[in-house]
Amino acid sequence: MTRNRPLDPAWLRGMTMPRISRRDALRGAGLLGASAFLAACGVEGTSGGDDEAPQASGFWASQTKAGRLDFANWPLYMDQEKQGGKTVYPSLQEFTKETGIKVNYKEVIEDNDSFLGKINPSLQAGQATGWDLIVITNGGPLEKLIRQNFLIELDHSKLPTFAKNAAPSAKNPTYDPGNKFSLPWQSGLVGLAYNPKLTKREITSWQDLKDPAFKGKITMFGDDTDFPTSVMIMLGIDPAKSTEEDWKRAAEEAEKLRPQLREFVDNSGMVDAMSSGNAWISQAYSGDVYQLNNSGSPDIKFVIPKEGATYWTDNMAIPKGAKHPLDAITYMDYVYRPEVAAMLTEYIAYITPVPAAKELLQADAAKAEGEDKAYLDDLVTNPLVFPTEADLANTKRYRTLTVEEEQVWDGIFQPIVQS
Amino acid sequence: MSASGGRARRVAPYLVGLPGGLWLAIFFVVPLLVMFSLSLQSGNVEAGFRFTWEWSNYARAWELYSTQFLRSGTYAVIVTALCLLLAYPMAYWIAFYGGARKSTYLFLVLLPFFVSFVIRTASWKFILNDQGFVLGPLKEAGLLPQDFHLLATTTAVIGGLTYNYLPFMVLPLYVALERVDPSLVEAAHDLFAGRAEAFRRVVFPLSLPGVFAGVLITFVPVASDFVNSGILGGTQTTMIGNVIQTVYLNSNNYPLASAMSFLLMAALLVGIFAYARVLGTEQVMEVAQR
Repeated sequence: MTRNRPLDPAWLRGMTMPRISRRDALRGAGLLGASAFLAACGVEGTSGGDDEAPQASGFWASQTKAGRLDFANWPLYMDQEKQGGKTVYPSLQEFTKETGIKVNYKEVIEDNDSFLGKINPSLQAGQATGWDLIVITNGGPLEKLIRQNFLIELDHSKLPTFAKNAAPSAKNPTYDPGNKFSLPWQSGLVGLAYNPKLTKREITSWQDLKDPAFKGKITMFGDDTDFPTSVMIMLGIDPAKSTEEDWKRAAEEAEKLRPQLREFVDNSGMVDAMSSGNAWISQAYSGDVYQLNNSGSPDIKFVIPKEGATYWTDNMAIPKGAKHPLDAITYMDYVYRPEVAAMLTEYIAYITPVPAAKELLQADAAKAEGEDKAYLDDLVTNPLVFPTEADLANTKRYRTLTVEEEQVWDGIFQPIVQS
Repeated sequence: MSASGGRARRVAPYLVGLPGGLWLAIFFVVPLLVMFSLSLQSGNVEAGFRFTWEWSNYARAWELYSTQFLRSGTYAVIVTALCLLLAYPMAYWIAFYGGARKSTYLFLVLLPFFVSFVIRTASWKFILNDQGFVLGPLKEAGLLPQDFHLLATTTAVIGGLTYNYLPFMVLPLYVALERVDPSLVEAAHDLFAGRAEAFRRVVFPLSLPGVFAGVLITFVPVASDFVNSGILGGTQTTMIGNVIQTVYLNSNNYPLASAMSFLLMAALLVGIFAYARVLGTEQVMEVAQR
């Protein structure tokens, strides 16, 4: 693998992936609803759930290999290199060579909501979306697809490599018990980023945000998921199991914290505020901080506060109506090979669901020289890419909300982030 | 022949108004009605919304976001006043002292409109950066404390709004002032009025229609602006426009967002009627005739 990067891909990815907006799902559904306004007094729901037939039990048995895979992913979320002026994806080339399945790989997902907005009309109408495999974030968007019965149930007898190599944290996640509909693609953490030169001390706890010295120098994420979730973690509440009472407590605490804050930001706003020094401390995604460190802000540190951090996952899933589901599930299993996972991690530097990739990268680092070696050494020792077991033990998952609960949640937290 | 010609004359004005009228009916009245219906519905985005005369949406909108409603009103009053204070002398100067270059000066006032609204506002962010080229040197020189910041404050939002809406105030004022006949001012001088008195009793009353139009055309969009607060604001400056946008697009709570829009519209209409009664166009004319 050569590393030919005219523009730091990690940085570019940080700038082009507004993680914040990826959290709240179905934003695009608003526009969908618009056409329904005129039709009647009521607005049709987006759920196809009730009238949709359950997946036939013989679904997978009747599938055959088509030799083609239409794969929608995020920009710079796949290992790539230039070959004769053309961008190619080595791990996909390997896949095609081995299985004969040609991959139509498109980086069309800029954020969850606009992408879901595009495919939702087809899903609702029970038609093909044009994609066999999509990558969607948990904490809202993925759960909604599951709830609305828009994903194809996976046949785990076709996923032996996943069963063998997946990390414990990748198996049986709270948002998709038993990996019934999805397998993790990559993960990351929501913790605190800080600039020690400006804070003049170490930050170790969410409670540090209350320090009067930092008033007006803190930014937090302005979607109404991440800030409340982190506040719950600060209060010792497990967000995934939280009740309405917990939300109210968190809201009170968040309201107390608010005067300390400078601004609510999205992730590119975080990159902006931290690199300019406007913010000294910010809520942040681990990968973004790794990218900041590699693009001119080496001082900024990422910390998992002692109360814990949120662990999010982008997931591979097969949308209903997919034309080539067998090819898709074959690929889903393929990326759980350690050597493939290592290729991906080396390029994208998020948390891989395949722990064995680390040893392979370590071996690569031992063999490499010069700049490549420095990069790989840093990668395998970096806790943002390979968090320790202790780090991971101290992470929490987002609360999975029903649509009714979501209205309650929004009523409680939206006025705070929109204050 | 002559009878049908007469009918054509009677019908013609309506025909002329038809395209614009249809345009408004289709793209303004229909969405408004739909939105009103929406504001009285209940349900959720997945199950769908049903019309249930849900007036509680309005109560809830006020209960959750009264701060942001009141804040938007306050900002709009302050910004309109600032715009008037800044724009009046500017329009006055262009109208009376602009000479042959009047159109150049007007063009300069309009020039910022050639750049996207969002970009203009975002460039403020660059200028006012905590360590930027304005605040940085002042902090270095010890004239400002290190933790001083303008961004993410009320000052920044009001400043940005004033900057963005200033031309809206200048233009109507200019139009009104430009029409003031200089010979009226000379006549006032002939009748022993000083410059101040001539302005107070002749020029200013004649410019009132411009003031009236300028205030309306500035106040209404400022009250519902969401760009300035979004870009320059902090955690205590959110305006109702931002809330409506988020509730509609992020929470997909269309009824609540529609109810908020109608509350805002109602408040603006009441405000405009009250304002028109105090300084209504007819009275403006009366003042002008005095």
